[in-house]
Amino acid sequence: MSVMLEVKDLKKYFKTKRGSLHAVDGLNFKINQGETLGLVGESGCGKSTTGRVVLRLLEATGGEVLFEGKNILDYKKQEMRKFRENAQIVFQDPFASLNPRMSVFEIISEPLIINKKAESKEELNKKVLSLMDMVGLAERLRSTYPHELDGGRRQRIGIARALALNPSFIVQDEPVSALDVSIQAQILNLMDELQKELKLTYLFISHDLGVIKHVSDNVAVMYLGKIVEMADYKTLFADPRHPYTKALLSAIPVPNLDYQRERIILEGDVPSPINPPPGCRFYGRCFVKHGDVCQNMDPEFKEVTPGHFVACHGCHNA
Amino acid sequence: MATANHLLEVNDLTIHFLLEDGVVKAVNDLSFTLNAGETIGIVGETGAGKTTTALGLMRLVQSPPGLVVKGEINFEGQNLLDLSENDMRKVRGNKISMIFQDPMTSLNPVMPVRDQIAEVILLHQNMSAKEAIVKAEEMLNLVGIRKERSKEYPHQFSGGMRQRVGIAIALACNPTLLIADEPTTALDVTIQAQVLELMKQLKQDLNTSMIMITHDLGIVADICDKVAIMYAGTVVELADKVDLFKNPKHPYTVGLFGSIPDITNDDDELKPIKGAMPDPTDLPSGCPFRTRCDHVRDACAAFNMQKTDVGNGHYVKCILFEGKGV
Repeated sequence: MSVMLEVKDLKKYFKTKRGSLHAVDGLNFKINQGETLGLVGESGCGKSTTGRVVLRLLEATGGEVLFEGKNILDYKKQEMRKFRENAQIVFQDPFASLNPRMSVFEIISEPLIINKKAESKEELNKKVLSLMDMVGLAERLRSTYPHELDGGRRQRIGIARALALNPSFIVQDEPVSALDVSIQAQILNLMDELQKELKLTYLFISHDLGVIKHVSDNVAVMYLGKIVEMADYKTLFADPRHPYTKALLSAIPVPNLDYQRERIILEGDVPSPINPPPGCRFYGRCFVKHGDVCQNMDPEFKEVTPGHFVACHGCHNA
Repeated sequence: MATANHLLEVNDLTIHFLLEDGVVKAVNDLSFTLNAGETIGIVGETGAGKTTTALGLMRLVQSPPGLVVKGEINFEGQNLLDLSENDMRKVRGNKISMIFQDPMTSLNPVMPVRDQIAEVILLHQNMSAKEAIVKAEEMLNLVGIRKERSKEYPHQFSGGMRQRVGIAIALACNPTLLIADEPTTALDVTIQAQVLELMKQLKQDLNTSMIMITHDLGIVADICDKVAIMYAGTVVELADKVDLFKNPKHPYTVGLFGSIPDITNDDDELKPIKGAMPDPTDLPSGCPFRTRCDHVRDACAAFNMQKTDVGNGHYVKCILFEGKGV
């Protein structure tokens, strides 16, 4: 299978009054064509920043983003324009990401018009209606405005807009977090069908481990700007190695009374990503701690078994 | 079913909002009981009427436009709806208190957290200001916030810590009933686990009864004894937790379980509920769920939402079970 997207040592720092904020600090991952990488972590871990840097909606501080083998961070304006047709994003909040003064038809047709993808009115009409049909929006909704629709339908508009230019890669940035579970399930199933039908590649960002497990082929767990563990979804959930992953998995409330597990309750809060100290980012909350090395040296992101990567001193020795 | 020793017994509580666009029937014929030390989960999606229920029980529904159409809220043998506003004020924050969803907006930003706790104590208990401060610091200690931080303001705390302050305020007067309205929804999962653990511990230590309002069945599995499932203002199913999880009856409850990704299964398939929530000012006649239900039949439009006891205090409001009760 060919690699669609490869990220090498990707960094994004923000300058703040109090110092340099390391939002994304040296990420490495690959996504194969037609697969989904789930990026999971808590607020402030840098998952949304990663999604934006990968699309150059934010400029990276360092590293490479290879899309079909070429580093898009070197792209000039013309090449970027071509790339943007290929790589799209669906945003978290279907209330804020749609222009309230544009009708459904206008929102979905805008990318087609800007990129001159329709030669006539009839063709535009046909393309928009076929997109609406693809995402399950009834034709009668074409002249309605976002405020008239519920969250699920609004998110369908966001998906149709992302699909308009026939992309091969989509960043899904918490696309179902604002939705109720019954609607969330509809949208997740829709994304799954579209992926199979159109052979799409997804970078799926979410804080919800249940959703991540459901949609992903591979899962990367982020903590304070770094990926601490990455593996295929079955391995990650069955055999988590990093203490943070273990704690995260044990903290999810599971609606199943027979599901027994050891609960790990982490102490404290996520520390500030501004001027982070050397050593393991998780050191302050870790319940294992393997001595001075954890505090002084950044753990390497190492492959422990084929395809299973962990950044933890303790896990490497074991 | 109604015995005298329930701590709380709600009968047919109905709350409407009279708006220009029409009447929103936010809560309809809500009935449940709660014993001392018990926790009931009220589960539903946006617009189900969960928060209106909580505010209604505290008599905090703004009127107008809100109106308690009928019902009884018997708390410790007394109907709260009969109390004068003055007497009700003595109950609120004292015997019944509430934890709100958003710890960022429910605290006073210009008051040190210690003073916010002391305020409740001064209001309800016969204590001097000094004693109240000492008690406030004890409460902070109880929820895991060090005394050194007690003079800090809400913005100096993280979300999880702020919610702990909210819990400390709610528990300051040793309430017999605690209403928690989505207390962990704004929190990250590891912080949520901390707060839920704390609430479980405190509930056990203080024998407080709790109404847990949530959209998350995982939290219900973790912390509740019984569950009420709400849809469009109506409790469609009410049962003991084990009964409800092992043997859900109402098509909506079944649909909810089918919609949640199951992390205990590697290849689960989602079976969503079709359609979307109906417009609250224009609910379908009969069963409000019939527009989304896979088992819908003509008679559903005229169904009077009568509840059926399918055994062991497990109530369902659905035509499929009509006449099949015990």
